[in-house]
Amino acid sequence: MQLLQIIEKHGRQPEDLISILLDYQACKTDNYISEDDVKMLARQLNLTESRIYSVLTFYTLLSTKPRGKYVVQVCNDVPCYVKGSVNVLKILEKTLGIQEGETTADGVFTLEFTSCLGCCDKAPAMRIGGQLYGNLDEGKIGEIIAKYRGQ
Amino acid sequence: MKTKNEIIKTLVTKRCGVIKPDSIEEFIGAGGYQAVVKAFSMQPEQIIGEVKASNLKGRGGAGFPTGIKMDAVLKAEGSPKYIICNADEGEPGNFKDKYLMENDPHQLLEGMIICAYAVGASHGYIYIRGEYGDSMTALEKAIADAKANGWLGANIKGSGFSFDVMVHSGAGSYVCGEEFALIESLEGKPGRPRNKPPYPTTAGFRDKPTMISNVETFSNIGIIVNGGGEAFKAIGTETSAGTRLISLSGNVKNPGVYEVPFGVTLADIVYGLGEGAPDGQKIKMVQLGGASGPIIPPELLDIRLDYKDLADEGISIGSGAVIVIDERFGMMEILERIMKFFCRESCGKCTPCREGNRQILNILNKFIACKASEEDIKNLTSICNVMCLTSFCGLGQAAPTAVLTTLKYFGGEYTGRLAAKS
Ligand SMILES: Cc1cc2nc3c(=O)[nH]c(=O)nc-3n(C[C@H](O)[C@H](O)[C@H](O)COP(=O)(O)O)c2cc1C
Ligand code: SF4
Ligand code: FES
Repeated sequence: MQLLQIIEKHGRQPEDLISILLDYQACKTDNYISEDDVKMLARQLNLTESRIYSVLTFYTLLSTKPRGKYVVQVCNDVPCYVKGSVNVLKILEKTLGIQEGETTADGVFTLEFTSCLGCCDKAPAMRIGGQLYGNLDEGKIGEIIAKYRGQ
Repeated sequence: MKTKNEIIKTLVTKRCGVIKPDSIEEFIGAGGYQAVVKAFSMQPEQIIGEVKASNLKGRGGAGFPTGIKMDAVLKAEGSPKYIICNADEGEPGNFKDKYLMENDPHQLLEGMIICAYAVGASHGYIYIRGEYGDSMTALEKAIADAKANGWLGANIKGSGFSFDVMVHSGAGSYVCGEEFALIESLEGKPGRPRNKPPYPTTAGFRDKPTMISNVETFSNIGIIVNGGGEAFKAIGTETSAGTRLISLSGNVKNPGVYEVPFGVTLADIVYGLGEGAPDGQKIKMVQLGGASGPIIPPELLDIRLDYKDLADEGISIGSGAVIVIDERFGMMEILERIMKFFCRESCGKCTPCREGNRQILNILNKFIACKASEEDIKNLTSICNVMCLTSFCGLGQAAPTAVLTTLKYFGGEYTGRLAAKS
C-alpha cells in the first residue's frame, strides 16, 4: 500500500506530517487528501484529525478538495502581471473551457492562481504538475496543454 | 554610462554557468571545498572572527550581521545545535536563491558545513519552497555526492567533525520564509510565527540553538574563509560589504539575475544591466525587494545600492528584487495585486495583519472606482501605520510599505481619484 511506504520513508513523527501529505497527494490522481485519507493518517501517525487538518488547510500546495490530475497554476503577482499574466489566464480559460478555480469535466486539469513562482525573469509563468513554464504566449500555452492532454 | 562589465562583479556567481552544477569534480576543480579544509585548520572563534570582520550582513532581507548571529549560536547553551538554510524564496520578484541552488549547489553546502563547524552544529536542513522542484533535485544530488566523497557525514575528511544535511520541501506558504514560521513548518505544523525573544539562536528548531540564514548568505561564507574577512570588507562601500545578487524583472529588456558590488546605483541596474523598458516605453515606477518593498519613482534611481544610503531615503532593497513597471500600468492596479498577495498569504494569527490587509484593499477599491474621499486617505495612512507598529511578524509590518511609499512619492495618483464633490 502506497501510504504505508511513504510513511516508512519519512517516519512516524509529527514532524514528518507535511512531507507525508505532499508525497501522498502527489501519487493520487485526484490530487487531494480526502476525509478517509485523514482518518487513516490520524490512526497511522497517532495524531488527531484536527491536527492534520490544521496543516492541510494552511498550505496552498495541499488540498482538501478533489482536483484535476494536473493542477495548472498561473502566477498572478506584479512581475508576471506587467508581462501579461491576465492574458495567460484568458487563454487558459479558453483552451481548457473552465474558469479559475474549476476542474475540467474529464478530471484532467484544475486551473488556479498562485503567488510568484520564482520565474519572474521568464514572465509570464505558470506551473503544471510540478513543472515550471515561462515566457508564455498563446502558441506555447497551446503546445504545453496539448502535451499534457496526450498523457 | 557604465558598461555591463563595469557594473557586474562575479564573486558568489563566479562558477555559475562555468561548471556543471551536478559535478562535484568540477566544483572541486574550480576551488570548491578548499574553504572547508582551511576552516578545519582554524578555531571556531577564529572563523566567526573572520565573518565578523567581513561585515557580511544576511541576504534574506533583514540584513542582520551574520558573524554576530554565529557568535550567539556558538555561545548558546543546549545540544544538538542546528543549521537551517532558508531557501523559501517566496517574495514576489525574487529568484536569485533558485539561481544559486541550481547553478552552484555545492557552494551552499560548503558554507553550511563551515558554519556548522564554527557554531558546533551537527545537523542541517535546507528548507526549499515546494514550487522549486529543480532546486530540490540539484541539492539532493549535491548532498549525495558530498556524502560519497566524504564532505558530509561522519568524521568529515578526518577532522573528527560530523555533519549531515537534509532537504526539506515547503508546501506553499509565503510566511514560512519568516524564520520562526519556517521552524514551525519544519516541525510539521502550520507555519505561524512565534513570539520573539527568545530568538532562534537560543531556542530555534526543536527549541535548540539554531543558525538560520539565507542561501546567498551561506554561499558567501566560503569566499570569506578563503580570502579573509578584511579582503571581503574591502569590496563594496564603507557601509556595505561584498556583492548582492539582484533579481531584475518586470518591464526591462534584460531581466535576470545579476551580481553587483554594493555601491552601484539603482540606475546602473535598471538601465545599465536591464537596458530600461522595452518597446520605447517609459519607466513609471520601480519596486525594490518584492511585494513588501517600497515603490519609488525613476527620479530616485540615482541612489546607490548601500544599506545606509537606502536607509537615509527611508527605503531598503530587502532580498534584492528590482521590479520595473512602465507607464502602461496604473499604480492602483499594481497596488491591488500587491495587497491581494498579502490578503492571501497572511497567516491570520494577529488582527492588524489579518484585517488590515483587507481594509487596505477595500479602500484601494474605492480609489479604483474614483469614489474615495479625503477621509479615505487619512484612514489608509492610519491603518498602514497601525499595521507597521503592531503586527506580530514582519509580514504584517512590511505589507503596507508599497501603499505608504506611493502615498509619499505618487500622492497625486490618490488625490486625482477622489470622488468629484457635488
Ligand atoms: C514574511 C517573511 C518572509 C520571509 N521570507 C524569507 C525568504 O524567503 N528567504 C529568506 O532567506 N529570508 C526570508 N525572511 C527573513 C527571515 O525571517 C530571516 O530573517 C532570514 O532567513 C535570516 O537569514 P539572513 O540573516 O541570512 O538574511 C522572511 C521574513 C518575513 C517576515
Ligand atoms: S503579521 Fe500577518 S503573517 Fe505575521 S503573524 Fe500576524 S497575521 Fe500572521
Ligand atoms: S511574479 Fe510570476 S513568477 Fe514571479
